[in-house]
Amino acid sequence: MKDVIVLSKNGLYCPAGDFYIDPWKPIETSFITHAHSDHARSGAEKYYTSLRGLSLFKHRLKGYANAQDAVGVPFGKKIKINEAWVSFHSAGHILGSAQLRVEVKNKVWVASGDYKRTPDPSCDPFEVVPCDAFISEATFALPIYRWESGEVTAQKIKDWWHSDRSRPSILFCYSLGKAQRVLAELKKISDETVYLHGAAVGLTDIYRAEGIDMLQTLPVSEVPKDFDFAGCLILAPPSAHRSSWMKRFKEPQTAFGSGWMQVRGARRRGGYEKGFILSDHADWNELIQTIDETGAQKIILTHGREDVLARVLREKGLEVAHFTTEYSDEEIG
Amino acid sequence: MKAFVNLFEDLDSTTSTLEKVSALKLYFSKTSHSDSMWAVLLLTGKLSKRVLTSRNLRDLFLIATKYPEWLLEECASQVGDTAETLSLLAQSLNLSRTFSIHSSSEEFNLSQWMDLRIPELAAIDDQEEQARILISWWKTLLSSEIFILNKLMTGAFRVGVSEKLVIRALSEHFEIPSDQVAHRLIGIKKAGAENFTKLISKDFVEVSFSQPYPFCLAHSFSDRTNLDFKPEDWCIEWKYDGIRAQVIKRSQQVWIWSRGEEDITAGFPDLAEAFKDLPEGSVIDGEILVLKNGEIQLFQDLQKRLGRKKPSAAILKTHPAGFVGYDCLEFNGVDRRQESLRARRDYLKKIISNLSLPQIKISEAQTVTGLDQLENLRSEARNHQAEGLMIKGWDSTYTVGRKTGSWWKHKVDPLSLDAVLLYAQAGTGRRANLYTDYTFALWDNDPDGQDKKLVTFAKAYSGLDQDEINKLDHWIRRNTKEKFGPVRSLEPEHVFEIAFEGISKSDRHKSGIAVRFPRILRWRHDKKVEDADTLQTALALLKSQEILS
Repeated sequence: MKDVIVLSKNGLYCPAGDFYIDPWKPIETSFITHAHSDHARSGAEKYYTSLRGLSLFKHRLKGYANAQDAVGVPFGKKIKINEAWVSFHSAGHILGSAQLRVEVKNKVWVASGDYKRTPDPSCDPFEVVPCDAFISEATFALPIYRWESGEVTAQKIKDWWHSDRSRPSILFCYSLGKAQRVLAELKKISDETVYLHGAAVGLTDIYRAEGIDMLQTLPVSEVPKDFDFAGCLILAPPSAHRSSWMKRFKEPQTAFGSGWMQVRGARRRGGYEKGFILSDHADWNELIQTIDETGAQKIILTHGREDVLARVLREKGLEVAHFTTEYSDEEIG
Repeated sequence: MKAFVNLFEDLDSTTSTLEKVSALKLYFSKTSHSDSMWAVLLLTGKLSKRVLTSRNLRDLFLIATKYPEWLLEECASQVGDTAETLSLLAQSLNLSRTFSIHSSSEEFNLSQWMDLRIPELAAIDDQEEQARILISWWKTLLSSEIFILNKLMTGAFRVGVSEKLVIRALSEHFEIPSDQVAHRLIGIKKAGAENFTKLISKDFVEVSFSQPYPFCLAHSFSDRTNLDFKPEDWCIEWKYDGIRAQVIKRSQQVWIWSRGEEDITAGFPDLAEAFKDLPEGSVIDGEILVLKNGEIQLFQDLQKRLGRKKPSAAILKTHPAGFVGYDCLEFNGVDRRQESLRARRDYLKKIISNLSLPQIKISEAQTVTGLDQLENLRSEARNHQAEGLMIKGWDSTYTVGRKTGSWWKHKVDPLSLDAVLLYAQAGTGRRANLYTDYTFALWDNDPDGQDKKLVTFAKAYSGLDQDEINKLDHWIRRNTKEKFGPVRSLEPEHVFEIAFEGISKSDRHKSGIAVRFPRILRWRHDKKVEDADTLQTALALLKSQEILS
């Protein structure tokens, strides 16, 4: 049997369909699983993405004409590309994120991109897609990584934010996905306005347009110069930490939201006062559960701690291979 | 234990001294004296009651869960701390209580854990039973609480809080002078509410007469902010390269204490004997060195005397200890620390000249006319078996810890060699899963000059900034030749300037030399591997040092 998806120097490639999946050097036809910049890159002639993620994708590749002509495919709809039937299925990673199901001559392969199983009010839940071969990320593939529910994390964020209302509270987290997830989770337990760094403004608007219910937000840049941020929650990307942008906040308390915050050493190294365990990737138990549920006999692991996961899966009798990709780990900041 | 866990998290999540002190004060205001005493002992590392080793704890976990050992190892090497790894695995395996917003559980306070529960567990012989109890405890605790419990059992409790900070919080909260708290704390060796009551008592409490005073420490001369230098205001002395110690004579007995507040009297019977005629009620501060015929020997010679509970007659003869006095803290049974250095040195002179022994000297004050001369003097330090200068205000008091302004140390520039990075290993704790423990090598030239190979000579951990550490870590992961357990051998490609304080012969290292306090001075991007220094250069350094001594 020929492999449905192979690794080429430009990225994951489907020979029967003659297309790429999240290529790092896009040239021809590319299927994009989600809009994070290590997966959605400019350079391809033709793009396909999930309909749910189409506006995010266009926003991310604003200056690139071919991206503006991208085809948005509804979840579950099968389309034929050369010899392959292709469909998008929700991955639960961020809004519109998808797994790609590729069927060639009765063989079903699924490239899952990045995914998570922890419920998230800012995106559609992960769909288990039965398959023969499953391509999985392994970012947090160590048993020490185990996420609490979004409700618990949101409660902890709120407790921290409210613990000192004489200071601004700046939570650093990725502008696409995590910021909106925090806003959607907090909506259940708060009605205050949250302030956004410019990087998250446009993306949050798109989430709202897609019907995601979130706390009211205001861009930091649209607030009067003499506004006192004491007691306010501000969301900003990790790149803004210790930048001149922070000068306008008086003695802020800072925190960082990332799965890496599970480990104390990483928390302390980052130089943030507080770490919240907040990840858009699957934790160890979710990886094992998902691989189990797909029923796949062949597992191909991409970025992360694939060595550990591979050994556990092999001991369960599965066939495990490895693709060296150029996707990045969740950022440490 | 919740209050202690909260305290730990508050201390761990801030770098602000002020916030740390207020977290401690809040804790002292809310908890019982017996819990407070335990907290002080644990945070200052005075009493790390290690009832289980990390390995014991791991084994109990493996027995209870039948977890694959290799997987535990993988996790531990990512986390860098056994207690923490197990607390995370407990959570992953549903062996911990889950966080719910309105949760409460049966709560044991810190003293109950430390005085009763943990010792009871340790006393059980049957490992299976121990493992069962451990897991049953875990199930009542949150992952963050399991981490603390594991730490309490395995000792080694490190949370960026210094003893000085704990003393400050105690002093501010209970309104007693900080040097009094510090002095009393030295005498406390056990937990118990009554000890805490003694620690914070407003009355004058007689401290145990064998106790030393907290050592006064100096800042680096290059850190001073006031750059004026009037030579007549300063007492300038050699900074000897031995170990700082206090000698106490009270109740007709002599005690010798190291700077680490360890009683080292038994290790220095020759000194204790020499000091037996010290007048009653004396405490002097100075440096222990090996002195042969009045000549100060290398630190490596002193090392032969350190860490021995009882030195042999032979070593006492070949490596006799001497003492150079710096200061007098107690004279005629009166605490003199608030008097001026000028006055204290007069007491010192009186005491030591009366003893009139060749192995007990006074550190001579050096005279300079200005900063230029000071620098000249510093550059001669090695010729005097010193590692630099001490510069103390003549009017200064003897303060607790490291107060800025009146005591400075001005060390000589270190020796250095350019070496090639050859092996790396991940660090622990804060540096877990980053490759931060490096081994460096020098070229060993064959006598005929044909063949040269790299031989390792030093390990170093510190000296790079976070950016450089990250860059190097990235490179190491991509340029590993082989893995030997946790150690990776690397392509010889990067050259670093390694600084160190001294160099001596050693049978332990392949290179035949050993260096003291090696650390990375800078990453020499400008140097190629071939440009690194040779073992022959290092041996020449070694020779030049031996000639000086």
